Amino acid sequence: MQPGDLSVILPEIVLSLFAMAGLMVGAYGGKDKTAPMLVWATSALMVALAAWIGVQSAGSEIAFGGMFIDDGFARFAKVTILLATAAVLLMSEGYMQRRGLLRFEYPLLIALATVGMMMMVSAGDLIALYMGLELQSLALYVVASLRRDSVKSTEAGLKYFVLGALSSGLLLYGASLTYGFAGTTLFSGIIEAAQGDLPLGLLFGLAFISAGLAFKVSAAPFHMWTPDVYEGAPTPITAFFATAPKMAAMGLFARVLHDAFGGMVGDWQQILAFLSVASMYLGAIAAIGQTNIKRLMAYSSISHMGFALMGLASGTAFGVQAMLVYMAIYITMNIGTFAFILSMEKDGAPVVEISALSQYSRCNPLKALAMLILLFSLAGVPPLVGFFGKYYVLLAAVEAGLGWLAVAGVIASVIGAFYYLRIVYLMYFGSEDSEMDTGSAPILSGFLVVSAAIMVLGVINLFGVEAVAEAAAATLVK
Amino acid sequence: MLFDNLLSIVTFIPLIGAAIMALFLRGDDEAARANAKWLALAATSASFLASLFLLTGFDTSNPDFQFVEESEWILGLTYKMGLDGISILFVMLTTFLMPLVILSCWDVTHRVKEYMIAFLVLETLMLGVFCALDLVLFYLFFEGGLIPMFLIIGIWGGKERIYASFKFFLYTFFGSVLMLVAMIAMYVDAGTTDIVALLRHNFSSEVLEVWGFTIIGGLQTLLWVAFFASFAVKMPMWPVHTWLPDAHVQAPTAGSVVLAAILLKMGGYGFLRFSLPMFPVASDLLSDFVLWMSAIAIVYTSLVALMQEDMKKLIAYSSVAHMGFVTAGIFAANQQGLDGAIFQMISHGFISGALFLCVGVIYDRMHTRDIDAYGGLVNRMPAYALVFMLFTMANVGLPGTSGFVGEFLTLMGMFQANTWVAAVATTGVILSAAYALWLYRRVVMGDLIKESLKSISDMTTRERWIFAPLIVMTILLGVYPALVTDIISPSVANLLGGYETALADHAAQSMVAANGGGN
Repeated sequence: MQPGDLSVILPEIVLSLFAMAGLMVGAYGGKDKTAPMLVWATSALMVALAAWIGVQSAGSEIAFGGMFIDDGFARFAKVTILLATAAVLLMSEGYMQRRGLLRFEYPLLIALATVGMMMMVSAGDLIALYMGLELQSLALYVVASLRRDSVKSTEAGLKYFVLGALSSGLLLYGASLTYGFAGTTLFSGIIEAAQGDLPLGLLFGLAFISAGLAFKVSAAPFHMWTPDVYEGAPTPITAFFATAPKMAAMGLFARVLHDAFGGMVGDWQQILAFLSVASMYLGAIAAIGQTNIKRLMAYSSISHMGFALMGLASGTAFGVQAMLVYMAIYITMNIGTFAFILSMEKDGAPVVEISALSQYSRCNPLKALAMLILLFSLAGVPPLVGFFGKYYVLLAAVEAGLGWLAVAGVIASVIGAFYYLRIVYLMYFGSEDSEMDTGSAPILSGFLVVSAAIMVLGVINLFGVEAVAEAAAATLVK
Repeated sequence: MLFDNLLSIVTFIPLIGAAIMALFLRGDDEAARANAKWLALAATSASFLASLFLLTGFDTSNPDFQFVEESEWILGLTYKMGLDGISILFVMLTTFLMPLVILSCWDVTHRVKEYMIAFLVLETLMLGVFCALDLVLFYLFFEGGLIPMFLIIGIWGGKERIYASFKFFLYTFFGSVLMLVAMIAMYVDAGTTDIVALLRHNFSSEVLEVWGFTIIGGLQTLLWVAFFASFAVKMPMWPVHTWLPDAHVQAPTAGSVVLAAILLKMGGYGFLRFSLPMFPVASDLLSDFVLWMSAIAIVYTSLVALMQEDMKKLIAYSSVAHMGFVTAGIFAANQQGLDGAIFQMISHGFISGALFLCVGVIYDRMHTRDIDAYGGLVNRMPAYALVFMLFTMANVGLPGTSGFVGEFLTLMGMFQANTWVAAVATTGVILSAAYALWLYRRVVMGDLIKESLKSISDMTTRERWIFAPLIVMTILLGVYPALVTDIISPSVANLLGGYETALADHAAQSMVAANGGGN
């Protein structure tokens, strides 16, 4: 270890130390009374870290003998992850408080999961990859079953854990094969081995690692856990699952494919194209019959991951850029949408049935309008920003010669438009009057309205995300 | 010129009006509603007045794009707007009709503010379609229009509005996404999304093999088919027209007017702007196919119209038939055909808009669109009978009205391209007389025997004022068509020149290739 190595992972160290200190405060302090303060402190720290990472100079640094890579790509992903996590934490405070779920462990587990995610996107080695992935996953298993007395929540946690363990097994098996045939766990070593004529073992290793990672991004056919976990977990946790971990897993996916297996694009392109098509169609078709908005968002996220994978499948720097832009837009939309879902209440109790939204636009026109914008944006209808995400990945796919994938994608997006429209239809043309509570926490309305405003105003220049993503992608794909 | 960015001003005035309304107008009382209506009227009128400067500043002798604005946008795209002789009239049509549309929904009481916002946003998007000179910008406006129209049908529509709005959205969305992929392919092929540059770009027409299929016309054919999918649905052409009658019947009157008068023209405009000039070889290859589809559309939908019990449905089918003349005129690909197609679109904008307004007038009084519910209206509503007759005659294509010029020119163009198609299409003219006159007889003529109609009142002053400009335009264009043709002819000639050169080049290349193969 070089002394300089520690400074490279300073943000991760700060966040870990904060989490440990938080545990002390929680354990010795007034237990749950400290929880709201911890939530605010964690989000504040995350925003600060995001700002810090964001302004860091360009250029790449490698620490711990290549196990940890800090480059533009990692920084883009980390800033997105930190900001998304901070937003979700802020949104969840009121909800968790009112339902007695706001224990001090909650923000700290989220903070630890975030450390894991930051490790994931910076991993330069199979062992570092696994370490980050498990740190994230273990924290997520626990928060999924945060509501201990609810059968659904514990079921969600258990299901997530069992299937997560299975996928970790797949990933580890792939990693061991890769190690066996490449002779190293370092990505920089694997990429040298994985050139030209390939040993069959490396191909198998790649396939198993891809399967394990596909589980983490909830791409079909490894998506089975998603709807149940989304439905069972408390809604703020669902919001968290839908945002930051997806970015981390996508980032890790891109990192492994390009840093370790960049020499065999032709081999993994087919795998990713298949995952992409399967996810887009499964997400679009299965969501049609859903009546629970959380399950619907689960299928929606599967479909969106299919589109993001389309960017990766193109195997070019532009494809990675498209994926990053897509994920940034997707996360912004999802934060707004979940702010809306969190504010869905009837007589103070949360509602997740879509039918309850009937004529919602009458009792709360502003929120209904913001949600309308988000839904059309999720469906990818121009001129909203959601369209540009789709445009980028489609462009990447066509440029890489995957025209059929683009055609398949746009058809899936038409099918998917149907269920977003169904929510619009209920809110605006529904037959029964809504009995939902009209008031809501200002912080939720704030996130909802800001997210919708971004979807409209982003058409001007996407807030400059494009250029940042381009620079980020350039550091990953040389 | 007055302003450098006059075109953007015209396009975005309605959107600014909508934004002001959304942000500053509060409450749902009588005063707020009146404010919303007046604000909407002011915004659409301002846009119309500004667009008059476009018309006066337009140089008709110049076939190129004018009032061009260009600035950087994201991802190598440009925000580029401009007008040529083909598009300026569609812009004028839109700005001219929108204040009338706003006036026609003066009696709406249900969510007035939202209604006005929807129409204002829609106007900006429609204008954008005709002005955009960048592929993706065009797509943005083209698709964006679906959102307000979906809401207009869904919120303010009739009983079956939900089915109609979903069908409208999903049909047109499906058509357009294929066009999006084609646009991306064009970008990858040509390296630009600038429509002016793409008009000069030669897309490959060499025979392609895709998955074992031999595609004559190659890339051009593939792109042409993708664009055709979008525009044919929008137009709409038989057999993908089925969304239109549903949407028309369920939409509120103002929605029907916008749909028939402006939205349908986007398909025709797309054919003129993209299919014909950018993919000439494919257009030539497939022109007979389109001509026959149009002929079928004209005859088939006219027959269907004959059997309708619902007034709006009848006019909707008649619109499909009239659009058949437009597609046939465009793909006849000669000066008369193209001139006629554009003329027909402009004239149909006035006539079909007016016809839907006519239905709206009696619907507002009786709340039914069943033809059987009416009869003998002339006894109580003489002014209405006169107006309705004028537009019925214009719809039939009586000489002296604008409907005649469009039909005559397109038929002449068709005759030169394919005589049999022209012969079949001409029967459509007779059929249109049959259904339109029969409709008129059943609704207006005869004795007033129905009890419910005994107290019906004639048109109000507001309604008369809405129809007045439409009547003027219909007759003016009917007796002096040069008003339109003078503006469009240079651009059309330019388009045709490029089209024929491209075809000649292609023929020469095939000849060379064939000779080379022979040696």
